Amino acid sequence: MADKILKKLNIKVWRQNSASEKGRFETYPIENISTGASFLEMMDILNEELINEGKDPVAFDHDCREGICGTCSLYINGRPHGPDTEVTTCQLHMRKFKDGQTITIEPWRAAAFPVIKDLVVERSAFDKILQAGGFVSVNTGGVPDGNAIPVSYDDAEESMDAAACIGCGACVAACKNSSAMLFVSAKVSHLAKLPQGKVEAKRRARSMIAKMDELGFGGCTNTGACEVECPKSISISNIARLNREYLVARFSE
Amino acid sequence: MSNFLFASIGKKFIMSISGIFLFLFISVHLTVNLLLIFDDSGELFNLGAHFMATNLIIKIVEPILGLGFVVHILWSLVLSYQNFMARPIGYLTKSRSVSSTWASRNMLILGSLVLVFLVIHIINFFWDIKFNPGKLNTVYINGGEIEDTYTLVASLFKASVIYDILYIIGGILLGIHLSHGFWSSFQTLGLNNRNWMKRLQRISYIYAVIIATGFAIIPLYFLIKF
Ligand code: HEM
Ligand code: SF4
Ligand code: FES
Repeated sequence: MADKILKKLNIKVWRQNSASEKGRFETYPIENISTGASFLEMMDILNEELINEGKDPVAFDHDCREGICGTCSLYINGRPHGPDTEVTTCQLHMRKFKDGQTITIEPWRAAAFPVIKDLVVERSAFDKILQAGGFVSVNTGGVPDGNAIPVSYDDAEESMDAAACIGCGACVAACKNSSAMLFVSAKVSHLAKLPQGKVEAKRRARSMIAKMDELGFGGCTNTGACEVECPKSISISNIARLNREYLVARFSE
Repeated sequence: MSNFLFASIGKKFIMSISGIFLFLFISVHLTVNLLLIFDDSGELFNLGAHFMATNLIIKIVEPILGLGFVVHILWSLVLSYQNFMARPIGYLTKSRSVSSTWASRNMLILGSLVLVFLVIHIINFFWDIKFNPGKLNTVYINGGEIEDTYTLVASLFKASVIYDILYIIGGILLGIHLSHGFWSSFQTLGLNNRNWMKRLQRISYIYAVIIATGFAIIPLYFLIKF
């Protein structure tokens, strides 16, 4: 099927020069965009035009452009990663939009994700949560034979499903409370489901939650928006597991 | 302990435990109330109300219940405030209905409306029954003299269409609050997994419908019949 051409679009985008300056929305018209173009390609075209006009291009995050690194963000027309399910913004195509449409693009909004410039936000809060407990402490030495550690099929599957999290932050952006619970629960679950990670599961849940709270993320009220907007469809059943690990850890002390 | 009570999951734990306590209460309350529509002479309901007023267990649970409400409401404010602070700058465009239910996003509003209703409800009945028993007539049932709670309740519902409608709305609001609150409280306690997610949500809806229709049907009955 041949790609159609979107003759005209209005791109309404958040512009902010630096973290400390005030931001505002700016609208730029853009013409002749192929429906086969990816959303980020459209942004590239827009930026090229802005540069040709002598204007500052719109800063946005991106890296792999194939849905595996979690770097791209963007809150497009009221949804993180835009109007498609189970995709990152780099996998979103312009065929999801209509000719003449105004597309509103905002940065992730959360106290813990401050804007650095335009649509780029600081997501190192996620790294800090991982540093607080998202690891397995091992004594170096002989590597045990993988097959010698029994893991049930279901546990392996659930662990792998949770490990699919790419740390993009769409869950935080989607959540009305800016809660990072889906991210933290994915990181806790993929380790807690395996024998190597089980040992520290409780301590891990506690320290990661403590860090999450300290960094100013909100509390989960189980709206489930994160799961729907997560490009990797991380299940909120992981949040139940995180709650369980955390509460058992608190009450066993 | 204090940092547990204000940690994100700790706050949710408080909401969940107090919420479960409240919905246990609500279930008992509804059961007794339904006696109103099964006996127009009022005898059944009067006996039920008398039993509730004199039963030792209920007497012990009552202050705890009051505390449960206070805790649930206070913590809902703390939780909502901190969640509000977690996003100082909001979005211009939002398409939230794609990814979550209206009830789940508006628990504070729903809860607050339930609270408004609750205050009216306490002024209507509870206050007089509890602190002003002189205002109630008495009736003789099985040789014993007990308060005529039925007349107090039934006469309000028979006399006032506005109160009938108010009580119907109150029941529905509570039902909507619980359509999310019920399964959410299990999720918060960690009592959920992949298999139970859909089931709990379905049970939550069924429970909410039972509560809402249960409470709404009583004023509706008086509205239609009298
Ligand atoms: C009979 C009355 C009530 C019952 C049975 C009830 C029940 C519940 C339950 C079961 C939850 C879920 C807890 C969880 O998610 O872990 C909940 C949450 C909540 N309630 Fe209530 N509640 C009642 C009244 C109120 C009132 C009066 C308010 C506020 C003024 C309120 C505000 C909230 C809020 C803000 C939440 C948190 C939202 C969430 O976690 O999803 N509730 N309630
Ligand atoms: S849980 Fe999903 S939405 Fe959240 S960071 Fe991981 S991949 Fe992104
Ligand atoms: S750029 Fe890597 S996931 Fe989008």
